[in-house]
Amino acid sequence: MSETLAEHQTGVPPHGHAEPDKFDVRKLDFFYGDFQALGDITVGIKRHAVTAFIGPSGCGKSTFLRCLNRMNDLIPGSHAEGTVLLDGEDVYGPGVDPVDLRRRVGMIFQQPNPFPMSIYDNVAYGPKLHGVRRKAELDEIVEKALGRANLWKEVKDILPRGGLTLSGGQQQRLCIARVLAVEPEVLLMDEPCSAIDPTSVQKIEDLMAELKDRITIVIVTHNMQQAARVSDFTAFFLQEKLGEAAKLVEFDRTAVLFTSPKDRRTEDYITGRFG
Amino acid sequence: MTDPLDRGGRATPGDRRPAADLLHREAPAPGVSGPSALVPPAGPPTRLSTISRATYLKEAGLKNLFLLCACVAVAGVLLIFLFVGYRGFPIFGKLGIAAFLGGRTWSPSAGSFGVLSLIINSLLATLGALAIGAPLAIGTAVFLSDVASPRVRELVRPAVELLAGIPSVVYGLFGLLALRPIIAKTSGGLGFGLAAAWMILAIMVVPTIAAISEDALRSVPDGIREASYAMGATKWQTIWRVLLPAARVGIIDAVILGMGRAIGETMAVLMVAGNAAVVPAGIFKPFLTLTTVIVLEMPYASGDHRTALFGVAIMLFLISMAFVASIRLISRLGRERS
Repeated sequence: MSETLAEHQTGVPPHGHAEPDKFDVRKLDFFYGDFQALGDITVGIKRHAVTAFIGPSGCGKSTFLRCLNRMNDLIPGSHAEGTVLLDGEDVYGPGVDPVDLRRRVGMIFQQPNPFPMSIYDNVAYGPKLHGVRRKAELDEIVEKALGRANLWKEVKDILPRGGLTLSGGQQQRLCIARVLAVEPEVLLMDEPCSAIDPTSVQKIEDLMAELKDRITIVIVTHNMQQAARVSDFTAFFLQEKLGEAAKLVEFDRTAVLFTSPKDRRTEDYITGRFG
Repeated sequence: MTDPLDRGGRATPGDRRPAADLLHREAPAPGVSGPSALVPPAGPPTRLSTISRATYLKEAGLKNLFLLCACVAVAGVLLIFLFVGYRGFPIFGKLGIAAFLGGRTWSPSAGSFGVLSLIINSLLATLGALAIGAPLAIGTAVFLSDVASPRVRELVRPAVELLAGIPSVVYGLFGLLALRPIIAKTSGGLGFGLAAAWMILAIMVVPTIAAISEDALRSVPDGIREASYAMGATKWQTIWRVLLPAARVGIIDAVILGMGRAIGETMAVLMVAGNAAVVPAGIFKPFLTLTTVIVLEMPYASGDHRTALFGVAIMLFLISMAFVASIRLISRLGRERS
C-alpha cells in the first residue's frame, strides 16, 4: 500500500502536493470491544480537496470517518490504535481534547439533525458554545454561515421559525450552516445526501465544490456517481470476510481510481460486480 | 497531464476501461426489466375467502370490551365528581362563593368556613416541595438518561422507582420520627411545619418527575446528541443547551404531575404538618391543608361543617383539573412551536 501511496503522490496536481496532507493517517486500527473494525489504514487526506470514501455497506468507511473527529469515542468500549495526524498533530495523542478537535473538524450526518429550536438558534449554537455573546456579532455569523450554505435567501425572513419546519434538504443545509458557523477546517460528511430529495442533493453537491477552496471535505457515499462527480480523491474500503477488519483497498485520484483501478477488487466494485 | 474526468464527472470518449463505463452511463441499460415479471401466473382465479362469523363476533366482542374498560374509568371520574359536587355544592349557596373562597378563617365551631388559608397552605406546601424536589428529580433523570453507565443505571433506576412504591404513611413516619426531631432541635420549635412537609413531599415527587422526565430525555433523538457533540460541545453543554430544551415539554408535564401528587398528598403531610388552620407565620410553624382538613375533621363533622368539607374536596378537584388542563395546553403549545 505504501508504494501505491508514494506512487500517486507524485502524480498529484500542483495545489495538492505543494502542501502537506491535512490528515495523515498511519497504521490505524480500530476496535469495537474485541472486534477489530478497521485494520492498518494508512492514507493521506489532501488539503482543500474533496475526498470520497466508497465501499459496500459495513465496510468501515463511516467508522473511519468517525475516527477523524473522534466521534467514535462516544461508543463505550471502542478504541483506536495508530496515529491520525491533523496538521502534524496526533488527534489521539495524550491530552488532546476531543471537544476542541470536533470544533475544527465538523461533521454532517446522514439524517439531517437540526436541533428543535429556531433556525437562528441552530446556527448560533456553535458560536455561543465557544463564547460569542454579542447579538450583532451573532447576527453577522448567522447570516454569513447561512449564506455560505446557500440557505440565506430561503430563510432570511423566517429565522425565528423552528428548524424542523424546513424540508429535508433545507434541514441538511441548515446543518451545514450550523457547522460552518464555527469555521471548521475540515468537513466530514457521512452520506449527507442519502436521506434527501434529488434537487437538494444537487444543491449540496454544488455547495461542496464552493466550499473546498477553504475547507477540506471528506464524504462517505454509497453512490459512486456522486463520488465521481464531487470528489478529487477516492478511497475504496472493503471488509472481505464477515468478522474481519475492514481495509483500505485503494486510494487514488478519483479520475484514476474510476478509470484505471489498480486493484481487481476495486474494479469489480465500481463496475458493479458486487456490493 | 491528461485527466480523464472533468469536474462534471464525464469520461473522455477515448477511454476503453470497463470501469469507466459507470461514469457516463446516464440511464439504466434498456431491456433490464422485461415484461415477463408482470404477467400473472396461469390457472383458475382464486376467490377471496369471506370473514367467518366466529371471527366477526370475537373482533366485535373485544372492541366492546375495551370500550367498556375505558368507560369504567370515565364513569368513575364522573360519579365521584357528581357525588362530591352534590354534597359540597350547597355550601356555596349557604355562605356565598366569596365567603367560602375568600374567607381566611376556618373555624367549624364558630361556623366560619373560609378556605383561603387552606388553599394558600396547600400551594405553599406544593410549591416548596417542587422547588426542592423538581431539580432533584430532573437531575436524576439526566443522570439516568445521559450520564450513568448502563450498570449504574440498572442500580439507580429501580431505587428511584421503589420510592414510588413506599406507602405515604411510611414517609409520614419517617418525617415524624426521624426528620421532625432534627428540625425541632435546629429551629427550637416542635418541628412540625412547612419545612418538614417540604422535605418529605420533595422525596415523594422525585419518582414521578424523574420517570417522566427521563422518558422525555430519552425520546430526544440520538442524532441530536451526536450533532451537538460533533459541534464541539461538552456533555454538560449538550445537556444544558440542547437536551433539556428539547425535552422541555415533557419535563414541564412531569413537574405538573408532580404538583398533582404533592397537592393531593394527605397522610404524610398530616403527620408532619402540625395541623393548625392558619397560614403559618414561618416554615417551622404548624399548618393545615385542603387534604388534611378533610381527613382530620370528616369523621365527626356534621351539617354545614360536613358540606364545607365536601366544598374543600371540590376545590381539590378543580385544582387537579387545572393541572391536567395546563399539561394539555403546554404540550399543544410545545408541538406548535417546534
